[in-house]
Amino acid sequence: MALLKMKFPLQRRVRLAQGLWLLSWVAVMCGAFTFCLGIYLKTELLRRAEVMDNSEIHVVPNILILVGIASIGTNMFAGRVCQDSLDPARFPRWKPLLLPWMAVALLLCALLIASVVLSYCLQGSLEESLKVGLRNGIRFYRDTDVPGRCFQKETIDRLQMELRCCGNNNHRDWFEVQWISNRYLDFTSKEVKDRVRSNVDGRYLLDGVPFSCCNPSSPRPCLQQHLLDNKAHFNYEHQSEELNLYNRGCRKALVDYYMGLMNTIGPGILSVISMQLSVMVSLRYLQTAMEGAEALENPEDESEGYILEKGIYETVAEAKATTLSFFKFGTVEAETTDAEKAAPESG
Amino acid sequence: MAVLRVKFTKTKRDKLAQVLWILNWVSVVTGLVLFSLGLFLKVEINKRWELMAERDIHYIPNMLISVGLIACAINFLGGKICYDCVDTTKFLRWKLLLLPYIVCTFFFTFCILVGALMCYSMRGELEGALTEGLREAMRLYKDTDTPGRCFLKRTLDTLQMEFQCCGNAGFRDWFQIQWISNRYLDVAKKEVVDRLRSNVEGRYLLDGVPFSCCNTFSPRPCIQHQITNNSAHFNYEYQTEELNLWMKGCRQALLEYYTYIMQSIGLTVLIIWLFELSVLTGVRYLQTSLENLMRLGDPESESEGWLLENSFVETARSNFNIIKSLGKCNQIDTVQNGDPNIDVPSTAHYGPANVPTKHISQAC
Repeated sequence: MALLKMKFPLQRRVRLAQGLWLLSWVAVMCGAFTFCLGIYLKTELLRRAEVMDNSEIHVVPNILILVGIASIGTNMFAGRVCQDSLDPARFPRWKPLLLPWMAVALLLCALLIASVVLSYCLQGSLEESLKVGLRNGIRFYRDTDVPGRCFQKETIDRLQMELRCCGNNNHRDWFEVQWISNRYLDFTSKEVKDRVRSNVDGRYLLDGVPFSCCNPSSPRPCLQQHLLDNKAHFNYEHQSEELNLYNRGCRKALVDYYMGLMNTIGPGILSVISMQLSVMVSLRYLQTAMEGAEALENPEDESEGYILEKGIYETVAEAKATTLSFFKFGTVEAETTDAEKAAPESG
Repeated sequence: MAVLRVKFTKTKRDKLAQVLWILNWVSVVTGLVLFSLGLFLKVEINKRWELMAERDIHYIPNMLISVGLIACAINFLGGKICYDCVDTTKFLRWKLLLLPYIVCTFFFTFCILVGALMCYSMRGELEGALTEGLREAMRLYKDTDTPGRCFLKRTLDTLQMEFQCCGNAGFRDWFQIQWISNRYLDVAKKEVVDRLRSNVEGRYLLDGVPFSCCNTFSPRPCIQHQITNNSAHFNYEYQTEELNLWMKGCRQALLEYYTYIMQSIGLTVLIIWLFELSVLTGVRYLQTSLENLMRLGDPESESEGWLLENSFVETARSNFNIIKSLGKCNQIDTVQNGDPNIDVPSTAHYGPANVPTKHISQAC
């Protein structure tokens, strides 16, 4: 019993070939679209590469880019096959390539599904990478005179202003780090000496944040220093003040941003997968219908098209038998030659 | 003496008509481009309406929008006409409309040119609007509790951060206004009272700037307060310090931004103007060649096309005479005593034979 058998008169075959040609060019566009999505995601990740510790998450855009290029080539091939399918002289040369083509197309769909799954699974890895990257960025904020780290201040400042966030988890992360370089501290002043002596590592810690944490939506000019001291500022209570600085941590802001990006890309990828599957199914029908028509006495008669010649279980059993016989090929030969040798001896 | 006379065979005419049909459709697209450029400029100006004083700068985007729409309509009609001109029978439908169409389009291209030139001339008005607008905005920076002005602080802060600028002409503009609201000033403190008393109007002025003036490229954490006091900060000299705050004034930054936009738009409009002019030239050649073809009678023969039938000077003179005679249509010709039916014989000499002139009104 063939799987999903359909009858194909000549007119329907012609229409199928023409429709499939159009569909394959739409699939080429989808391949280009996938490629562009991959490039876009990669540039967005590279933009903030300075605050990321590892690049495990880059596997998602890399897959999209590769699959995009491969599917452009694959679907162009399908379009060529359709063009030649109605010409009985040219179609036979494509026939042996169709089964490998199916395998490649199936592989591409599997890779796309894998990329969607990975984009959700790698969220934890992204968060870890950002945690370490941001912690380093905040630690090296003051090292504007150290080569290799001199742009950390600018990077962190711009990140906090663009994403409207402050610190790693929240603004208190800045209280635990010395973010003012020793070059700008007057070590003859009593206040500086007291602060430096007040902790074990001799760091100048203060309850202040850089200017990039300031929230422009606050009705009050920004308070950056003495944030925990209610008496230092008029009419100020740090426990209830919410508008002065950004409340969000930069790690959460970045993770939300990238997850939002991947959630937007997700439906696009799913539609590309369904387009590729429909091209595969249509090409299979076209192939079987054309082969059926060739076998007939009158090639213009009605023929049958199907997805699988026999049912699923029978096809699987056949495939198993063929692979097993391929492996047993050496041993069966030895047995028959032994039997042949034994026969003349006994005969 | 025709201006730029060209001979047209039948195939050349047909090809010209087809090419012009395509070019007219391209012109419809360029008309849409003009429209969208005008819309873009209008949106950009409206985005910062809070920072611009009331000036008449909206006429330029409005002009571009209307010119774009009219260009679409004119070129759509032109495309239709050129499509029909391949067939001489269909051409007869448009014959009477073609010359007025060409004249109207010619004057319309002047409008496009004026639009392009206006883009370059808007700078002066814009500068005035920005100076006044920014000054007002800075004055009202502290009024975050007044309805209608409560978002001015956020607008100005985001402007300074986005355009990397500070103040109107420079950061010292902030020293001359009170940008900290009285709600956040502890008037019990001596320092505050001293500052308020130190000037006539009782304003709290200080040598400090808002946080949005801070330069992200500075190697040092931002110094916002006591900017002119060298001893207030370690290793600091405000006279030589250039990286601490943004040095550019926001007026100049915004002016540069809008000038760049308008120069790009002006250049695009000039290119569109040249394109429209070339399409118009093609349509004129098509019109004259088809009209000459009508005069010759044979639809397959060669005909001539030109830009003007006579030279510039003669055409100008004849047009001028037409306009003059239009004005004189009520006046009667007094030479023939007001009666147009009297035949006045000519007194000119015609050479040795002295053949008299033929009387016009001869009885048959």
